Amino acid sequence: MSKQDWPLYEVFIRARSGLSHRHFGSIHAADEAMALDHARDLYTRRNEGVSIWVVRSTEIIASDPADSASLFEPAADKIYRHPTFYKIPDDVENM
Amino acid sequence: MYTQGLDQKQKKSAADPADTPERLAAFQARIDAEEKIEPKDWMPSGYRKTLIRQMSQHAHSEIVGMLPEGNWITRAPTLRRKAILLAKVQDEAGHGLYIYGATETLGVSRDDLVADLLSGKAKYSSIFNYPTITWADIGTIGWLVDGAAIMNQIPLCRCSYGPYARAMVRVCKEESFHQRQGYEIMLELCRGTAEQKRMAQDALDRWWWPSLMMFGPSDKTSEHSAQSMAWKIKRISNDELRQKFVDVTVPQAEYLGLKMPDEDLVFDQKTGHYRFGEIDWQEFWEVLKGNGKCNRERLETRNRAHDEGRWVRQAARAYAEKQAARKAA
Repeated sequence: MSKQDWPLYEVFIRARSGLSHRHFGSIHAADEAMALDHARDLYTRRNEGVSIWVVRSTEIIASDPADSASLFEPAADKIYRHPTFYKIPDDVENM
Repeated sequence: MYTQGLDQKQKKSAADPADTPERLAAFQARIDAEEKIEPKDWMPSGYRKTLIRQMSQHAHSEIVGMLPEGNWITRAPTLRRKAILLAKVQDEAGHGLYIYGATETLGVSRDDLVADLLSGKAKYSSIFNYPTITWADIGTIGWLVDGAAIMNQIPLCRCSYGPYARAMVRVCKEESFHQRQGYEIMLELCRGTAEQKRMAQDALDRWWWPSLMMFGPSDKTSEHSAQSMAWKIKRISNDELRQKFVDVTVPQAEYLGLKMPDEDLVFDQKTGHYRFGEIDWQEFWEVLKGNGKCNRERLETRNRAHDEGRWVRQAARAYAEKQAARKAA
């Protein structure tokens, strides 16, 4: 990486209050303040947001798709975690 | 926009040993099941390569695409038109950045991609190598060039690669304004004086055929289409998209009272489609090779902007480092 390259930031935007921030994409910037400015110019030209988070891409810890099976498959056979698993007579109301 | 299948001359590269038949089959099964592929997922090296090439060409096209229109920002006829044109050109920069960002998820750096554009190694859409001579060209570009781009990009919203598809959704939302502002310029010119109408017709005469070339070579000569279709990077063939564009655009020209510069253009009652004349593919390939009217000028302009901006990028970086060092101390 040469001196002039700017690091990558991931951009998260809250579309309106009441919603959580959502990943929108990424931008390059020399520092945090510029990252916010660039995110504002790039991702909110049409009132797409009321709040912006930026974070250095290298700071994100991500799960590895190769681990998907061990991470997520154990949940698949635990159907008793879902309300539809339980048979309640139709006569019982409000449940 | 602008994925013309400019990858015709690509050499067949040696098979990657990691691309085992089992892995390839599992990958194709995911694609066939309409699953999206995400950045860290395993993918065949050919899939990655095809995407990097197509997406970077697409991003370069957005960036170079600012130049023909930027030419008219200072000469827009009214303040309203100037504000609109500024916003549109800014959008094109934004589209370029969305797509560079999506391309970087494939493990390449934007700086390297830009270097390939500036050196002339990477391609961009042929359409931006034509000059914008009059104000009517700005109307025509919005109407035809952005119209063709929308036609091209809507199927890309369903592309199998997640980041590309998501970028396209945002781009398509914004592109509609581009086309409508262009058509509005044309409407105004066509309802104006005889001279204004002549200007509109002249611009249409010059831009119609290059707009049709935006969809890339005919399916008969497009070697890479089949694999891209199987991978669901491409959803609709070049010729099909071109036909759809002709079918929707001809009535729009009639509404303006303009005549398409094609003597062979005729509505076919049986098929419900317009039949149109032969495209000058010689011209298309010449422009791609770098021999269009503005190829050299476009690259020179991009290179100059890049060189003249270098000190700004370096200064910003130096300032950031100084601030970080101060904070650490």
